[in-house]
This record gives sequence, C-alpha cells and structure tokens, in this order.
Amino acid sequence: MIRLEKRRQPSKRWTYLTPPLAVVAIMIAGGFMFWLLGKDPVEAIRIIFWDPLFNEQFASYSRPQILVKAAPLILIAIGLSFGFRAGVWNIGAEGQYIMGAIAGAAVGLAFFPTESALIFPLMVIAGALGGFLWAMIPALLKIAFRTNEILVSLLLVYVADLYLASVSFGALRNPDGGGFPGSRNLQQYPSAANPELIAGTGAHWGVVTAIFAVAVAYVLLNHHRIGFEIKLTGQSPRAARFAGVNPNLIIAVCLGFSGILAGLAGLFEVSGPSGQINIDFASGYGFTAIIVAFLGRLHPVGILLAGLLMALTYIGGELAQLMLGIPAAAILAFQGMLLFFLLAMDVLTDYRILVGKKGLN
Amino acid sequence: MKIKTMLTTAAAALGLATAAMAEDPTKVGFIYVGPVGDYGWSYEHNEGRLAIEEEFGDAVETTFVESVPEGADAERVLTQMALSGHDLIFTTSFGFMDATMNVASKFPNVRFEHATGYKRADNVSTYSARFYEGRAVIGHIAGHMTETNKVGYIASYPIPEVIRGINAAYLHAKKVNPDVEFNVVWVYTWFDPAKEADAATALIEQGADVIMQHTDSTAPMTIAEEKGIVAFGQASDMGNFGPNAQLTAIIDNWAPYYIDRVRAVKDGTWESADTWDGIAPGMVELAPISDRVPADVKAEAEAMAAAIAAGEYHPFTGPINRQDGTPWLAEGEVADDGTLAGMDFYIEGLTGEIPN
Repeated sequence: MIRLEKRRQPSKRWTYLTPPLAVVAIMIAGGFMFWLLGKDPVEAIRIIFWDPLFNEQFASYSRPQILVKAAPLILIAIGLSFGFRAGVWNIGAEGQYIMGAIAGAAVGLAFFPTESALIFPLMVIAGALGGFLWAMIPALLKIAFRTNEILVSLLLVYVADLYLASVSFGALRNPDGGGFPGSRNLQQYPSAANPELIAGTGAHWGVVTAIFAVAVAYVLLNHHRIGFEIKLTGQSPRAARFAGVNPNLIIAVCLGFSGILAGLAGLFEVSGPSGQINIDFASGYGFTAIIVAFLGRLHPVGILLAGLLMALTYIGGELAQLMLGIPAAAILAFQGMLLFFLLAMDVLTDYRILVGKKGLN
Repeated sequence: MKIKTMLTTAAAALGLATAAMAEDPTKVGFIYVGPVGDYGWSYEHNEGRLAIEEEFGDAVETTFVESVPEGADAERVLTQMALSGHDLIFTTSFGFMDATMNVASKFPNVRFEHATGYKRADNVSTYSARFYEGRAVIGHIAGHMTETNKVGYIASYPIPEVIRGINAAYLHAKKVNPDVEFNVVWVYTWFDPAKEADAATALIEQGADVIMQHTDSTAPMTIAEEKGIVAFGQASDMGNFGPNAQLTAIIDNWAPYYIDRVRAVKDGTWESADTWDGIAPGMVELAPISDRVPADVKAEAEAMAAAIAAGEYHPFTGPINRQDGTPWLAEGEVADDGTLAGMDFYIEGLTGEIPN
C-alpha cells in the first residue's frame, strides 16, 4: 500500500529535484501524445528541446531568439513573484504590459522625426510609469475599498486591449500608413528604437533589464527588509501585522513593482522586436508570465530558468510545426502539460511517500 | 535532418534512373494567422497548399505553421522558414506585412508572397481577392431575404478590406430593399468563435434575421442555424455548419494562384507582382445558392455574378454618395482600385461610425 504523509516542512531536496523531473515526465507524456498523432516522438522531442539550441542550421538564429522571447516573460514574472509571495494576486500584467507599451511608444512618436539621445530614456520612463499607473488602479481600489485585485486587474486587461485598438486606429496611427491601423514602426526611427546591442546575440535593452531585474529581486528578497516583510505577509498575515508590517504598503509595493516591470517589458517589446503599436500587439506575455513565475517557484533564479525553458518550447514548438507538421494545438497542450506536471510533482515536495503498512504513530 | 537525409537519398536513388529527377524539390512554406481547422480563412489557404502538393507531387515539399501571432513571432517563424531552405513562402494575413518585408530584405534569394498587403520588394509579391464582388452578390440576396429589414454584420477590424465589404453588401441590399438597415458589430479579431457567437446572438436579439460575417470561424453560422435564421458563409463553404441557414458562401479559392506561382518559381519566371483577382479567374467563388432563396432572386444573383465576371458590371458604379452625403461617384462612374484599396469611409445610408 502506498500512502502520503505530510512533511513538517517542504523538502529542500525535492524542491530542486521536481522541476527537472517534471521536464522528464513531460518528455515522456508529450512524446506519447506526438506518437498518437502519428509523429516520431523522439524526433519531435529532439526538435523542441535540442534543435533550437544546437542544430547547426537554426541555432545561430534561434539561440538569440530564445533571449528575445524570454526577456519579457522573465521581466513580468519577476514582478509578479513579489505579489504572489505576499498573497497579492496581480492577474492583469498583460494590461500593464500594453499600457507601458502605449505610454512609451506615444512619447517616442511625439518626438518623431527629431533625433536625440534623450528620447529613448524618456520612453523607458514613460513605459514604466504607464505600467505602474495601470497597476495602481487595482492597488488603490484594494486599499481603499477592499476590492478583489484579481478581478480588477484582470478586467483592466480588457480595457487596455480596447484602448490599444483605439490608439492603433486613432491617436497613434501612422499618418503615412494609407488608412491601415498601426503606428509608425519604431525600429525605423533610430532615436526611439531598441535594437540588438551586440549584433547576433538578440540581446536588446529588455534582455539586459531582465537580467538586472533578476539580480535586484534576489537581493531584495534575501537581503532587504521589504523582502522579509513580503514573505512574512504571505506566510502569515497576522504575524506580519504583529511585526509592524503595513499591509497596505505591501499591496502598493507589490502591484506597483509588477506594474513597472510589465510596463518596461511592453516598452522594450514595442520599440524592439515588435516595432509598432498595433491592434494585435498584445501576445499574451502577461498571462504566460504567470506560468513562468510558478514554474520558477517564485524564486528569481528559478524564474530566469523557467523563462528560458518556456521560450525554448515556443521556438522549438514552431520548429516542430515546420519540420514535422505537428499541429499548433498539440504544442499548446505540450506547454500546458509542463505546468501540470510541475505542480503535480509538488506532492513530492510537501509529502513523503510511504510504501507498506501504516506504522505506529 | 532525418527527413532531409531520406529525401536526399530518395532523390539520389531516382537520379540513377533519370538525371533530371535528381533536382531538389521546391520547398514552399505557409504561415497562417489561425488554425487550419478554422473552416474559414486559414482553411482555404491550406486547401491551396494541398492543391500545390497534388499538382506537383514529389517535385514540391510544403510546410506550414498555423496560429502565428502577427508581429515579432511572425518574423521569427519566417526567418526559421527561410533558414530551412524554403524557396517560396506565402504569408497569409495582412498583419504579417512588416515581418514579411523585414525577413525578405535579409533573404534576397527567398521569394515571398504576402496576402492582402500593399508593400512589395523585388522578392515580395502581394496578392488579394476582390471579395467585394462576392459581397455585392450576397448583399443582393440579403436585401430580398430579410423580413425584419435588419441585417447583422460581424466585422473584424475597421481596415479598408472589411469596410469595402460592408459597403458592397449594403449598396446591393439597398438597391432591392430601400428599407434595409445594417447593424455592424466590430469584434477586433479574425478568429474567436466565442466572441463571434456572442456578436451573432446580440445581433439576432436586436432583430436581425440575416447574418453576414467578415470573421473566420463557423460560430456565427452555427448560431444562425440554431436560431432558425439565415446567414452567409465566409471564406469557405460553411454549409456543413448551417445546412438550413447558409444561403450561399463567398469562397476564397487560392489554389489556381498558388499553383501558378509555384510553377513560376520552378520555371525561373517568378517576378514580384501585385495581383488582385475576383470572380472572373475563379479566385472568388460562390457556394451553390440555397433553395430557400426564391428562384427569381437566385437567377438575378447568378446573373450579377456572371456580369461581374464578364467585366460588364462593377459593384461600385455611381451614383454613390459618401455617408455624409457628399458625392463620391457620379452617375455611371466606376470606382478606381486606388480608392477601393484604401477605402476608409461608409457610403450613404449606413448608420453608425467606423471606429476611430
């Protein structure tokens, strides 16, 4: 007989062991799914996990692309992880990402066609501010009226989406665009562009900022009072209050911080890889980042790795579609399984598996 | 790699028999904005891809990536396609335009074909269909068929192509039914069955008894079938989803064009071009008109399609005024392609505003 016994404390060893184990499990289960679809499972798994990194035909292009794809995910997820640790659930990072992009792009476009080294820094500030202010709506409503931040932040995503459509057709529309929606392409406006810093690496300012954010988050969480207060609030709000933690401040800090990072992610994306504000600019990074945050155990280094892994499955998934004709939906299911297995493996962290008869207690 | 090795081996084996066969197959890639199973827009492009395979057999190899978001992701997918040795790549959505141009500039030896766009280069062609010709015909049918005089129109994005479709349909509905009203709902998506279904339901609740759609899923057709009203299929024949509801459908038939372009690549005659074809060469087709449509209306609709195909009738023939009452086309004047391509205004009689 197999039974589960709750551990007094989550096992440290299993916390580190479960993510790789989940990846192995997904390879087996995913391979089985691809086999059911009539594809060679070993080949499919190899294309998804190996080819983007090491296939000589693609790797020189796709390796930098992993950074490009991972950067916004990591930036947003780092911000979210603070709130998630404190029990402040910002589900609306997608909206903050959009508003950051709009605010930053609007500043850049306002200066068009002036060339100045000051424009890009101003855009960065505007992007951060856009995300911050959008995140402050659920924060202030929660502080003042105890509204549920999950609902408010989520619904504000749809508001941001509509606003994005509105500016794509209106205020930010390219006057030389022949009536079609979408702003000028910022990639073609040097002062506002966020290009590769070193050619062939994919590393733009967003990648640099993401790595910087990981380091800052690590220091804040482990060596700063606010990190301690956030963790304490999450584990025991009552104890936190006794320790003199101001819960309203935690709400504002957590939502504000995640808003800033999401806004920055949006700004770097719109001025870099995406290039323009358009109706379909939002591509779900804000939601995928929630998965990345949990996949990375809300730990800065974990999030860094999880973001890279997620980006790898995106790019490998596209290659698998291209080379083997695997349907896009199967790739989505594959990514979903990854989260499922990781969360399911938590059982090993929190419980001991005992085989045999129930012993005396 | 394995596939490629196998193909090379196979090609080498054939080469022993006939030297001419040893040539590499032409590699043709497609990116779709929706899933191939949308039974609408992307489905028809994929049908075109399958037609290429059927036509050329082992002399071509086709690949596709579906549900590609427009923007940075499209650029990456296109680059990967170019890197993996494609000779010709079809980018089948308006939003892939900038991505197509960017990648094309980096791979001058790869040819690109961008659907519904307006930017071209030496290795980038554009192509589109004159869907408005089909819209004119279904507008005519709708004007006759509505009893409530309310036609519900599910529109995707307020871009010229969609606005042109609304204008063409309304113009011809109004010609046969001066009391007809169009209620347009903008859903800001090409493919979202849930949103499209909601829009259809809302339109029907507001009294519409005919539904037209310029979105790609079959959801509106399914709703029309459930509610017992009539509708027109978009991009594909959606008769299976509305056996009673579908009056006809505008079918995008890309196969002949795709086969032509692949042949041009094989022959070395491919050149950058701008193609805008309609009913005449068969790029726009109409599904068989349902028996629910009275025989005389059906005959008129078929005659109109035939006249358009023969070049005897242009759907935008004056007198036509703009929505604000200012004249656009004088008596007998025909709209020029430039104005049609950038159409950003409603014609007189349409209510509501184009979102801005």
